[in-house]
Order: sequence, then C-alpha cells, then structure tokens
Amino acid sequence: MSAIEGLETAHHHADEHDHHHEAQSFWQKYVFCEDHKVIAKQYLITGILWAVIGITMSVIFRIQLGLPDSNLSWLKPVLGGWISDAGKLDPNFYLALVTMHGTIMVFFVLTAGLSGTFSNFLIPLQVGARDMASGFMNMLSYWFFFLASVIMFASLFLQQGPAAGGWVIYPPLSALPQAHPGSGMGMTLWLASMAFFIVSQLLGGINYITTVINLRTRGMSFDRLPLTIWSFLITAVLGLISFPVLLSSVLLLIFDRHFGTSFYLSDIYINGEALPNVGGSPILFQHLFWFLGHPEVYIVLLPALGITSEVIATNSRKPIFGYRAMIASMLGIAFLAFIVWAHHMFVTGMNPFLGSVFMFLTLIIAVPSAVKGFNYITTLWKGNIVFTPGMLFSIGLVSLFVSGGLTGIILGNSALDIQLHDTYFVVAHFHLVMGAASAFGLFAGVYHWFPKMFGRMMNTSLGQAHFWMTFLGIYMVFIPMHYVGIAGFPRRYYQFTSYDFTHKFMDMNMFISIAAIFTFLAQFIFLWNFFYSIFKGRKAPQNPWRSNTLEWTAPIVPGHGNWEGEIPAVYRWSYDYSKPGAKEDFIPQNIPYSQTPESNFPHENELIATEKVIESQNFNDQFKTHH
Amino acid sequence: MYIIIALVALVFIVLTGVVISRLQGVLKSINKTDSDEIETSGNKFNGAMFIVTLLLGAVTITWSYLHAREFFLPEASSVHGRRTDDLFWFSMGILTIPFILVNFLVFFFAWKYQHKKNHRATFYPENHKLELIWTIIPAIVMALLVFTGWKAWSDITAEAPRDAEVIEITGKQFNWIARYGGVDNNKLGDYNYKLIDAQNEVGIDLSDENSFDDFTNPSEMHIPVGRPVLLKIRARDVLHSVFIPHMRVKMDAVPGMPTKFWFVPDKTTADMRAETGNPKFDYEIACTEVCGQGHFSMKMRLIVDDEATYKKWVSEQATFLSTYPEYLAKVPENLKAKAMKYVPAEAAAPKADSSATAAGGAGASSSLR
Repeated sequence: MSAIEGLETAHHHADEHDHHHEAQSFWQKYVFCEDHKVIAKQYLITGILWAVIGITMSVIFRIQLGLPDSNLSWLKPVLGGWISDAGKLDPNFYLALVTMHGTIMVFFVLTAGLSGTFSNFLIPLQVGARDMASGFMNMLSYWFFFLASVIMFASLFLQQGPAAGGWVIYPPLSALPQAHPGSGMGMTLWLASMAFFIVSQLLGGINYITTVINLRTRGMSFDRLPLTIWSFLITAVLGLISFPVLLSSVLLLIFDRHFGTSFYLSDIYINGEALPNVGGSPILFQHLFWFLGHPEVYIVLLPALGITSEVIATNSRKPIFGYRAMIASMLGIAFLAFIVWAHHMFVTGMNPFLGSVFMFLTLIIAVPSAVKGFNYITTLWKGNIVFTPGMLFSIGLVSLFVSGGLTGIILGNSALDIQLHDTYFVVAHFHLVMGAASAFGLFAGVYHWFPKMFGRMMNTSLGQAHFWMTFLGIYMVFIPMHYVGIAGFPRRYYQFTSYDFTHKFMDMNMFISIAAIFTFLAQFIFLWNFFYSIFKGRKAPQNPWRSNTLEWTAPIVPGHGNWEGEIPAVYRWSYDYSKPGAKEDFIPQNIPYSQTPESNFPHENELIATEKVIESQNFNDQFKTHH
Repeated sequence: MYIIIALVALVFIVLTGVVISRLQGVLKSINKTDSDEIETSGNKFNGAMFIVTLLLGAVTITWSYLHAREFFLPEASSVHGRRTDDLFWFSMGILTIPFILVNFLVFFFAWKYQHKKNHRATFYPENHKLELIWTIIPAIVMALLVFTGWKAWSDITAEAPRDAEVIEITGKQFNWIARYGGVDNNKLGDYNYKLIDAQNEVGIDLSDENSFDDFTNPSEMHIPVGRPVLLKIRARDVLHSVFIPHMRVKMDAVPGMPTKFWFVPDKTTADMRAETGNPKFDYEIACTEVCGQGHFSMKMRLIVDDEATYKKWVSEQATFLSTYPEYLAKVPENLKAKAMKYVPAEAAAPKADSSATAAGGAGASSSLR
C-alpha cells in the first residue's frame, strides 16, 4: 500500500519538475535520486567499493594458504586481534574471511554491482524510455541495498567477527552461537543484511520487468530488443522467483536462532548439552538455499552474457550470430536453472535416485551453454574486430565461460562429484565460470558504457593493459587450482599441514597465491583509470563505438528524461552491422528502412509500409502523458 | 623463497611499466589523427597477444599438467574408486577437445579478423543448420556422459550387500568417533542423542541388548580388506562430511539424519606402504563440510587390515561397558545378566553414582532451555 502511495507522490514530483523546471537540490540530484542513471552509478560505485573489500579479503587468505610461513604482523593495524602475536592469522577469522569474500562477491558485487548497474542504466536507454516504470521504487531498491551494505559492513567490526559458516551458511553451524564465534552477532547481522538485500532485489527486479514490458518505445518489439535487455529481463524474472525462497529460508533460520523453533535442527548435542530441538532437517535449508543459490549463478552470469553479446557484435562490426538462438538458449538456461539445484547436494545423504535425476537435468544445461559459446565464436568469424577494452573483456569472457563451464560437466556428474565435492576443483570451476566470467562482463560493460555514463572516455591503453594482466592472472590462479582439487585438497581449510594427503603442492599453492596477488594489483590500473577518467578523461563523442543501440542517440550526457524532445522510434533490430550495400558499417535502430533502400533485403522493403504506423504511435512517453 | 617472490613481483612490475608506456605512445600518435574513423589503438599489439597467449597457454598448461600429474587422484584403494577415476579421466579426455577447440577458435579468430582499414565484416546473422549441429553434438556427448555416470552412481549408491561389515562413524567438533557392532554379535546397538555425556560420546542406548558388546574408538578406524564395508554416518552437533580420499568416499554427516556409504577396500595399509614405498603411509579420514575452528584438522587414521588381523583386532577391543562399568546401571533389570558378560567382574559390584548424576545434569540443563 505504502509503495503505491509512494509511487503517486513520485509522479507528483515528476509533474512539478516538468512544469517548473526548478533546480534539484543536492540531495535530490545525487543521493535520494529517482533518475535511473544516477541510481545505476550509485550501484556501480558501491559495487566497486565492495569489490575492493571482497578481493582484498581473498588476498589475505591466499597469503595464509600459499605462503603459510609468512609473518602477517604488518596487518595488525587493520586486523588487530585477528593476527596473533606470532603474526599468524586466527583460524576463526580465516573462516570469516572466506565467508565474507563469498557473500560480498556473489551478492554485493556480482548481483547488485553488475545487474543493478547495467539493468538500471541500460534498460530505459536501450528500450527508449524516459526512466524506469517507478523511479521511487528504483530509489528504494538502491537504498535497501545500501542499508544491507551498511549492516554487512558493520558486522566486519564485531569483536567476535562476522559470519563464518561459509557463504552458504548451512545450519546447524550457523544456527548455534555456541558452535562458532561467527554464528553469534555476526550471523544475526548477516541474516538481517541479506533480508534487506533481497527486498532491494525484488524492488529492482519488478521495476526492470515492468519497464521492459511496458515502456518500450515505438517500434521496439521484442524481436528488436538488444540481447542485453533480454538478458536483464530474464535475470530479473529469475531473481523474482528465486530470491523469495532465500528470504523464507533466512526467516526460518532466524526463527531457529531466536525463537526456539526446529526447522533445521534435530538431535543435537553440543557443549555438554543435548538441545531439545527434534524433527528439523538441515537438508531442508540446503534445498531452500540452493533453490536460490543455483539460479543465482545465472542471475550473476546472464547479464554478463548479455553485455558480451552487445559488445562483441558492436566491435566485430557484425550482427550477433543466431539472435533467436541466443534468446532461446538464455530462456533454456533460465528454465533449467530452477531444476538443477540439488547437484550441490549429491553427497548430503539425499536419496540417490534424486541424484540421478539432477545429474541428468544438470548436464542438459551444457547444451544451451554450448550454443551460446559457438554463437559468440561465429560472431567473431570474418569480423572486423576492434580491440576496445570492452571487446577484450568480452572475448576473455567467452574463453573463461567455456573453460570454466566444461569442468561443470564433471561436477554435475554425481559419481565423479563424490571425490571432487567441496575440493578446490569446485572452487576453481565456479570462480572461472561464474566469478571471473561475470566480473569480465562487468568490466566489459563499464569500459563500453563509460562514455554514456560520464560523458568521457576511459584510457584505452590502460584498459588493454588491465585486460591482459587480469586475463592471464585469472588463468594462472585457477588452472593450477584445478590440479590442487584433483589431488583432493578440501576447501575452507585453514592450512594443509594436518594430513599426509595434503602434504604436497606447496609450490603450487604458493604460485596460485602470487598469481592472485598479481591479479589483485592489476585491478588498481582499472581503479585509477575509472576514477581519473570520470573527471579528466577525454570528452566522449556522440557514438564512440559506432553502435546501433538507442542509447547512443541520446545526448552525450543524457539529462532527466534521457532524450530532448521526442523519444526516437525504432524500425529495425540492433545488429545491422556491415550490412551489404550500406554506406557505413552500422545502421542505428532508429533509421527507418525507407532511408536505406541500398541495403534493404526484400522482406525489409515490405516493412517500409509499417513505418507510418510506428511513427504515429506514442503511448509510452511518460512525459507526454503529463503534458 | 622471498627473494624469488620479490623477483617475480619485480618482473611483473617492470613488464607492466613497459606495456603501459608503449601503449601510451601508440595512443598519443593515434590521438593526433583526429577523425571520424573508429579508434583502433593498439589493435596489432592486442591481436598478436592473442596468438602469444594461445601458444604460451598451450605450452604452460601442458607442462604444468605433466608436472602436477604425480599428485593427481592419489592411488585409488577401493573397487568403485578405480571406476570413478577411469570415468573422470574419460570425461576429462572428452572435455579437453572442446576446451582446446573453443579457446583456439576464440583466440585465433580474434587475431585473424582484427580490424583492417577499408575492410568490411561479413554480414552473417544466422544459419539454422549450424545451430542444429552444435545443439545436437553436445546433446549426444552429454547423453553418453550421463549414461556412464548414472550407471556408476546407481551401482555405488545401491543397497549395501548383506555381508557388509557395518561400522558407525560419528562426527563432532572436532574429531570422528568410530563405533563397532561388537566383539560378539556384530550388530550396532541403538543410540539416542539425549544419552550422550562425557563418556558415552555417541549416545549408546544400553537398554538395547545389541549395544552391550559395542566398542568405540575416537582415533582410528580399522576395516577389513576385500569385502564390503558399510559406514553408518552420524553427526552430533553440526554438519560434517566423511572424506576418505584414497577410497573415493565422501558423505555428509547430518545431525538428526543418519547417512551411509558402502565401499570395498581392496588394498591393505601394508599393501599401500609397499606400493608407494612410503613406510609411514596411512589412510586418512578428513572432514569436508565446514564445521568450525578445527575443521581443517578433523583427522582420523584409517587402517585397512587383512581379514585375520582385523578379526584379531576386533576381538581384542574393550567394550564400552567394560571401560565404563558404571553404565551397567542403565541396563534394564531383565537384561542385566546378559550385560554382565561384558563387564569385568570386579567392576560389576559397586554402583556408579557419577553417571547417574551426570545424566541427570544433562537432562536438567536440556529441560532448562
């Protein structure tokens, strides 16, 4: 109810602006702003800050794993009591680092930072809308995310440390404060933060879906939508269906922790005490968690693939190969994403028959993924490729996506998962396919749309250097990590000295750590390039990549409402690159076929007749309805 | 060691500097020719880098694979383990083909089709036949992998044979406890988590006569070679996971939900010591589900004996009741006579008050909660 009221007041606001054109205050313009472009930047900057924190954590535990003899006393000023007097990392804090690294990177960086930034920024600009369907909900979405961020950040400073049961927070460990220091206040804050985070995702997701369905401009039919928008739409649907399940699992865990219920607890004896809880099932939590957790992988990955599709097509100067097959494979992946969750649970004691079913469903996902991979390759084939930093990261993404995805076929095989489950093989697999690939999508998007966001260019050479160091660094980290996993090294181990079977690969682990530090340092090139270019970058031209999509028809720095005057109409799909006969090697979406008789195909000439109809439509301009 | 690291770091930094300065130079010269044309700074360099990466990647991955191979999948010591190992390498072999193919094509095309002035890309938006080909081929390969995997999985997870040696393993923070069916009847007695106390660590229920001859061991597990062993897996506090790397065994231990895993070990510890040439070789049981501070060191020794040695070892073990005769008080009156068999004569007489108070204490505290 309150949301609807808010929506109305938001409209009033918009009205007032249009009529009086009063200057917005600083707070309205930059903080509690309802403009999708500002919200996108807020998401991006917050995501970057989180990424710095999350990746720094991984470097600290990589030092612990790869250089176990090193003296970490130099970290004492930051980590204080978590470093012992002998300069060793506290084992409890090690687990907290691993947990927070996972949580931050998956949710705060690759979900909010990637999808939040680009869905917000690109959906209105690429479908041709003045703004999101509800600017107010959009603003709420960011500020719920901000609240979640503040709570999660605060938990880092607890004396007992933040949550530490792994990012999957399996109960009973996460439910019992007496089981681990990280399961006390740290876990309480983790759960509270995630609850707000989910609210933020839902507010955002509803907005993305509504905007794509309702606010497309004249002529922007679904089969003319850029693949970016398709991917954001599918991602939002995935999130809308799966995040509520995580919310319910989180709520039940809160009940178990604070109100004495037994959803996940049964038959527990801990610290000299038999708990009264009976009848609950820890496996129930895992089912609920992974019902989100697996679609989450695609929530993270699909936007990256969408961005890549757009960037690869633009910079290969070729239409994306198999536009419809790309949409179909995304839909296929999204559907399958919901029915494969239990492949994370093959060895939890789940009924083995269920394991067989989930193995079958899991391996099917390889088929649409393969289609996507081959379509990208064919798009490169006979292209005229310009290696902009965005393009490099997109090409890198294809390589990482395929290399990392292939080992998923091993892990999806329940018989092979017995040995490899919870080893470094898994860690290497998902970091390549989900972590690095999505991060590359994020980088590709930032490099590609930076000119539209800030009206300036990022430095190309620094971007290229950043790409090569990151790309090689990622492979140097994760290829050897597969080896460590095949040797059976379990993940989330503080050190490998306790077992004979892990008394090897000391040099390999050291190499991984050094490569990780190297890759980490390379990211500072990006940070510098990003922040420097915001203020001092070369001024961007109107359409720096000579791209077809609608956002490049807007002013270089689009103001409130994105386009001055009419919103452009759309007459063609967004991939008319290097069309035979055309003067230029690109024809933007807003150019009617009647203006390009030299390059039209016969069936396109027939479409000229419909242009009048498209032009006369005008039902989606939010500004128009108010005037 | 630190010198090496410092050197490597130095090399990286110098390389970075070189790359940036060279690219910067290229960019400046491009900037001068201000035109409408697409900006293609560093295109040659980046195209070449793809080929360099391709070659360098092929060499280093091959070399590192050969170098690391000696530590891969430690020698399997169970029947199903060798099967899953074969399946693993078979699958990896198949998957290497698309790995090489895709990465080759991506890198090669990137280099081959880099931007050329006055050149037009080929307008090639779709080809249904191609789409069909790369839908069907992966589908067939997946079907093959699913089929082989499914067969192995259903054999491994089938019901354990009746003659399997049943051993219970319970995880707690932070060690494993093995419980055996006993010196005589080879049947595990009942348990109840509410009966757990400092001595009775796995909650043996002494009102079940099968439990009278049960014995436990918190540091090592012995199993016989050459016949099925069925592990009944439990957890006392939080999730744990039984991982026996050499046996290719892994199964979670879940509080409130007993799980199981059966396998046939076919190499004794002595065999493996001879085979690996390591006289100190031992099988190990580890935990692979994060369970708290001591997760990384939840180790139990596993000893695979030949049948005779195993039988002898079992018969020599002290039953729980003989170690803690005071628990005789928990045995129902009608079964006392049976239980007395497993209790040393001198300990049977005095009644133990300590256990009664301990149990009462536990009960009281749980009811307080």
